[in-house]
Amino acid sequence: MSEDTYKTKKSLKDSELVRLLRSNISEYFMFIALIAIMIFFSITTDGIFISSRNISNLLNQMGYIAVLAVGMTLVIVIRHIDLSVGYLAGFLGAFTAIALTFWGFPVVGVIPIVLILGVLSGLLTATPIAKLGVPAFVSTISAGLIFRGALLLVTMGTGTIIIKQKSFNAIGNGFIPDLPDFGFLDNNHKITLLLGAVGIVLYIISAINSRKKKISYNFEVTSPQLFIAQLVLVSAIIAYIAWVLSGYNGLSWSLVVVLIVVAVFQFIMTKTPLGRHVYAVGGNPEAAELSGISVSRITYIVFGAMGLLSALSGILYASRLQSATTTAGLGFETDAIAAAFVGGVSAAGGVGKITGSIVGALVMMSLTSGMNLMGIDISIQYIVRGAVLVIAVIVDMATRKARR
Amino acid sequence: MDAPILEMKSITKEFPGVKALDDVTFSVAKGEIHCLVGENGAGKSTLMKVLSGVHPFGTYDGEIYVEGELQKFNGISDSEKAGIAIIYQELALVPELTVYENIFLGNEITHGITIDWNETVKEAKEILQKVGLDVNPSAKIRDLGVGKQQLVEIAKALKKDVKILILDEPTAALNETDSDNLLNLIRGLKSQGVTCILISHKLREVLAIADTITVLRDGKTICTLDASEGQVTEPILIRNMVGRSIDNVFPKRENIRIGDVVLELENWNAYSPSLGRDILKDVNINVREGEIVGIAGLMGSGRTELAKSIFGNPDGYRLAGTLTLNGKAQKFRDPHDAITAEIAYVTEDRKGNGLILIQDVKNNITLANLKHIAKSGVINENEEIVIATDYKESLNIKTPSIEQKVRNLSGGNQQKVSLGKWLFVKPGVMILDEPTRGIDVGAKFEIYTIMNRLVEQGMSIIMISSELPEVLGMSDRVYVMSAGKITGELSVEEATQEKIMELAVDY
Repeated sequence: MSEDTYKTKKSLKDSELVRLLRSNISEYFMFIALIAIMIFFSITTDGIFISSRNISNLLNQMGYIAVLAVGMTLVIVIRHIDLSVGYLAGFLGAFTAIALTFWGFPVVGVIPIVLILGVLSGLLTATPIAKLGVPAFVSTISAGLIFRGALLLVTMGTGTIIIKQKSFNAIGNGFIPDLPDFGFLDNNHKITLLLGAVGIVLYIISAINSRKKKISYNFEVTSPQLFIAQLVLVSAIIAYIAWVLSGYNGLSWSLVVVLIVVAVFQFIMTKTPLGRHVYAVGGNPEAAELSGISVSRITYIVFGAMGLLSALSGILYASRLQSATTTAGLGFETDAIAAAFVGGVSAAGGVGKITGSIVGALVMMSLTSGMNLMGIDISIQYIVRGAVLVIAVIVDMATRKARR
Repeated sequence: MDAPILEMKSITKEFPGVKALDDVTFSVAKGEIHCLVGENGAGKSTLMKVLSGVHPFGTYDGEIYVEGELQKFNGISDSEKAGIAIIYQELALVPELTVYENIFLGNEITHGITIDWNETVKEAKEILQKVGLDVNPSAKIRDLGVGKQQLVEIAKALKKDVKILILDEPTAALNETDSDNLLNLIRGLKSQGVTCILISHKLREVLAIADTITVLRDGKTICTLDASEGQVTEPILIRNMVGRSIDNVFPKRENIRIGDVVLELENWNAYSPSLGRDILKDVNINVREGEIVGIAGLMGSGRTELAKSIFGNPDGYRLAGTLTLNGKAQKFRDPHDAITAEIAYVTEDRKGNGLILIQDVKNNITLANLKHIAKSGVINENEEIVIATDYKESLNIKTPSIEQKVRNLSGGNQQKVSLGKWLFVKPGVMILDEPTRGIDVGAKFEIYTIMNRLVEQGMSIIMISSELPEVLGMSDRVYVMSAGKITGELSVEEATQEKIMELAVDY
């Protein structure tokens, strides 16, 4: 090998892009897997999978699992698990239906009450864990049984409760309003496109600002070419999603809820001392305690947040079904936990991103949707989803090890 | 005397960066009680781990002969087959199982595939008689006292047809009576032909029981003494144990300016509910501004417990006494209170409870004082990078980047990250627990230099250390602890390794 080829090889090996990719390989892996899954189903279903209608449905269906996956990420990061969330969501969904239908509460009054009840339930479940060191497994199974009993109790007389309030049912089924037609892009949802454009502009401004700040600190930044490439890529993704959604009914209210939840929790986990404390408790609880972080306080906060999101999940689900049923919530926790693990949360604690879990939820939801479209029997669907979960975790562990 | 039952020849064992054993030769005669003494970190436990196969053949240099035969142990089961049994300081019993189940654990008496419980109980009774333990074999381990548990452990070892019994600090957790019982039992075993190797810090008890004493220091055999005639004395042992020279591995402090008392403990007592005993008894100490106070003592003397009891008491001891900080009596509910009062505690076990290994250098450094870099609840990540880079440079942390995971750094650099983390809380009093354990000489010197710089700036340092040269080389004043009590206070001028060791074994 000549000196020159050796040099080019080396420079290629150390090029910025390769380094960036390598150091984040396990984070990108699930993204790549998600895209691969979407391409696969688009081909096998002759493009139905990727149609606006299906993508819109898929995103709207995953709302109640996505919010649970966000909370579950936090719970697993601090080395716990919450098996009660499904029935808590079911019970609070039923509570919502009763309050709306039988007690005649207004929608705007019921929702905050239910969210507060969710937080209180989460705190109650956390008490044996944080105060007495009862394993979360046990405490949350007990709580799950209690919530299930409560769900059956409140629906005993009535069975399924039909919710008639249109405004409530819009949360799970409705879409944001659109401008009246004016002869341009009439086949598309214009506000959705507009929001997409606003999103792109905001993203570009914030990326440039953060880069400017870094430069003002004299920090190393990515090369201008790579920076622009990154801007273009992310903008293109946002534009594409907005375009796809605008081709059906536009942005749904349930997706709006999910986006807000993700944004808030992503912000807390990455930008605030509280988020750092959560990761610290997960990474090494003894060290965290000796750093002045109260492990029990963090445990309460995380389970409180999980309760809040369970309540939200219950609202989204009841609204989507326009009713509360006796089996609502069944198996939600499994889906949420699977989404978190597929999204790269480590069972050993301390590692896991909100965005990762959302990608995980998308992967699992895409599998369900794609296989449904292909007419694959539910029995096979379960087997495939189980296999994907375990493979995802194995790959995640392997890439993590390779990076050490 | 007979041919040696055990010979370990030229044993050398290296850990990354540390030579734990350096050409150690250790020979034990058949049927004797052979005591192994030395400071913390002298290599006693490592030597026994080599012997018992915990460090398997091939990971060390040298040869082991048992009854003249070369041995290549690949694990504990191999050494057990050769008739070697080791009883560690931390007992390896299952608390929820009964005495007889524990004795035969892993070695059950079976009929086909079922356990013969009647035979088990019968044999357990015989063995218990042999160790002079009068308990119901059906009692659960957790219902027995530590002394009795220790005896069960020995019974378990004896059943394995043991030729050489190794006891690592067996009396450390025992009271006087239980200790005496145990020593008598060891004498009894000797008369039954069992060879015993005893590791102990309690020199009086060593002198009372040993036929032969081997002293280790810094991973080397210093001497082997015949103790059967009573000519060996405590001072002789202590001289051999310490004897390390204090060369100029300690940087000189330029201007020593010691001010007023900053932190003071009076009649400080602590009771540990989980251990069920007092761990600190009437401790009275103080630290002045700009002073390094050394706390010496052997393992288990209560030094770390003292540090934690000051630092917000995270283990939930029941405390009594007064803690005065800058003239004000204080009660810290948790480490957060202590940090707020500007006390920092750099733990002894940086991997276990000091650092978050899966996080990077930057996050570890800022963890204990995030509010300092947060504006209206949002962390300024750029400011964080600046601060972490500052500490990386001023403490000379060798890492490719501050975004490197702490797990990937060497011990010395991890320790510097710990220091950086606690310097960032801007403490007035810093407690350093074994600040240089397991790190190489160069990094030690750097840490000493940093300590000097800090006290020159007016900080007060409490340094807990097992290394006597370090205590003597760095401290302005030394307290010696033993069994939860302060057994002496020495100014650095009057302190010598011998004096400290005498106080440290004073129990």
